[in-house]
Amino acid sequence: MSDSKTYKIRLEHITRVEGHGSIRIDTKRGQVEEVRLEIIEANRFFENFVKGMFPHEVVQTVSRICGICCVGHQLAGLKAVEAALGLTVSDQTVRLRKLFNESQFLQSHTLHLFFLALPDFLGVPSILPLAQKEPELVKRALALKKLANDYTTVFGGRALHPMANTVNGWRRLPDLGQVEGIYQRLKGAVVEMERMLAIVKTLKVPDYERETEYVSLTHPDEYALYDGVVKSSDNGETVPVQDYRRVTNEFTVAHSTSKWSRWHRDSYMVGALARVNNNFAQLHPRAREAAAELGFSFPCCNPYHNNSAQMVELIHCLHNSLAGLEELLNRGLVEEEARYTPGAGRGCGAIEVPRGILFHEYGFGDDGRCLDANAIIPTSQNINNIEQDMKAFVPAMLPAMGQEELALHMEMLLRAYDPCISCSVHMLDVRFV
Amino acid sequence: MKPKIAFFDFASCEGCQLALLNCEDELLDILARVELVEFREAISERAVRYDIAFIEGSIHREQDLERLRDIRSRAKVLVALGACACNGNVQARANFVAPAENYKAVYGEAERNRVQTDPDYWPIWSHTRVRAVGEVVKVDYQLRGCPMVPAEFLHLVKSLLTGREPFFPANAVCVECKKNGNECVFDRGQACFGPIAYGGCDAVCVGGGHLCDACRGLLPYANVEAHRQMLAARGIDPAKVQNRYRLHLSNEPGAGEARR
Repeated sequence: MSDSKTYKIRLEHITRVEGHGSIRIDTKRGQVEEVRLEIIEANRFFENFVKGMFPHEVVQTVSRICGICCVGHQLAGLKAVEAALGLTVSDQTVRLRKLFNESQFLQSHTLHLFFLALPDFLGVPSILPLAQKEPELVKRALALKKLANDYTTVFGGRALHPMANTVNGWRRLPDLGQVEGIYQRLKGAVVEMERMLAIVKTLKVPDYERETEYVSLTHPDEYALYDGVVKSSDNGETVPVQDYRRVTNEFTVAHSTSKWSRWHRDSYMVGALARVNNNFAQLHPRAREAAAELGFSFPCCNPYHNNSAQMVELIHCLHNSLAGLEELLNRGLVEEEARYTPGAGRGCGAIEVPRGILFHEYGFGDDGRCLDANAIIPTSQNINNIEQDMKAFVPAMLPAMGQEELALHMEMLLRAYDPCISCSVHMLDVRFV
Repeated sequence: MKPKIAFFDFASCEGCQLALLNCEDELLDILARVELVEFREAISERAVRYDIAFIEGSIHREQDLERLRDIRSRAKVLVALGACACNGNVQARANFVAPAENYKAVYGEAERNRVQTDPDYWPIWSHTRVRAVGEVVKVDYQLRGCPMVPAEFLHLVKSLLTGREPFFPANAVCVECKKNGNECVFDRGQACFGPIAYGGCDAVCVGGGHLCDACRGLLPYANVEAHRQMLAARGIDPAKVQNRYRLHLSNEPGAGEARR
């Protein structure tokens, strides 16, 4: 009987997400009394301690906000300091940065989809039992992840906190022989990615929808990952990146050391599902077909389908990278000097990282040193929306589900957002009491 | 019985755990030889006692101190994993500023006052100071670097699994530059921290066209004063040098000189 359901669910230090968070659900006789997503990550104060640094030091440091999105933090930071200093980077640098960014999408989406999210769908606590039950699947997923890491390494010098890219260009250009090697391996991965798609197609996605505002970059000429203006799905309104505060409207709640955001509604969502919803027509044709095969029509308002959207983007980034690398190999590379003179200025930069739109802003003084900094991370924009989803889904799920099933669905929901909590605090545990 | 291995993360980018997941070729072999009992970033299993506990991140709040002491009491061997755990890394720069000022700069004064006095949640808002793991509990081994070096991790685990003492030579980064035939950063006209920094990273940053900022920490015999004099003699502005002493070395005595 649903009216006898009095639950106190506490999911603490939620596993298989990046960072620390907890879910708290209280129901009394079938009525939901409280649903809360607590973000308990310790503060690190990046925005305050980068003060006094020179632009290239700032970029090298903000990479350390997040291990998974380090490439994105570097690129958003570079775009912001270059805007502040009035620098226009070369066409070659932009092409290389776009490929560099796509390499991180391939790495991050593969990690999340096949290592962190998949176990829920297959009913196992982690990838470990899968390594015994389905060793071939795990080995193939590992091979894809390794390929993506090698791709990042060829461009950045290493996969984590790369050092080759810097203000106004590259300290060291990628070796074309190694680029050719990555190109050939990615070509070989096309078939492998189709096999991964076939697996994702078999996963049963929970059937819960909530109408949501989706926010992402959008660009007239391409599926926006590196550049563009900010777009809302609600009214199609677009906002230039330098007016990002009109979008994020950050505020603080006591139960989360990550700030929250809202725009036209109580909350909004960023990430793969937001991008696919906002810019579907610009996806690679094979990625659009894959979306149809995964069984969702657009706009899609089921947050659990963020996993499917990541699969769609994996296919997009693979094909897009192949085209970009082929062009790079045909065009060749010219040595360019990455020099700049520190000076006063203020600038913003935005980029799409795997988890959504990322904003950085810096001001520099006459001595060239950082005066103030602001970084608004995808997960901190999503947390409010995850809690709103929970508030909508818990009453809908409660009549049909027991305590454990309900808790699992909440964990899966949080994981579907692929949250990056240390990043956002610069998020989740389940405890039954 | 297979040794029980656990990973715990405190304030960090969690990149060092990710670096471990990036050992794709060796990962399944290692997993076959150990029992991975806690690894929150990647698995949901949990346990009570550990043969080896890896700690990533620096320690900032009372609740983090308590959690770390509890882990130490249940671990035979405790390893500081990565620069944040070993010396506080970049976030130790926050130690130059009072905690209340840090909260104010990021959240604003009114919001800071509200959350820090919240009856339920004030403990999560009680940052005091960025501490390395070794400032709180006994550390048996350190895997240095930002990020840690997978080869060193594999060496440590293989050694402990076979009952040998792991060996991490205290050589300067310069040794690896010479071995790899890198052009010396000083010869490029730039300032390098390689002479005073722990090697073991294969001088990857210099090899990648950059320079060394000593993310692996100061060598025990580093002559910081001589390094400062050498940079000054080359006409490098001491203020700019001090900036770099406060990138990865803020919490190291004699280098960044943050309040301890």
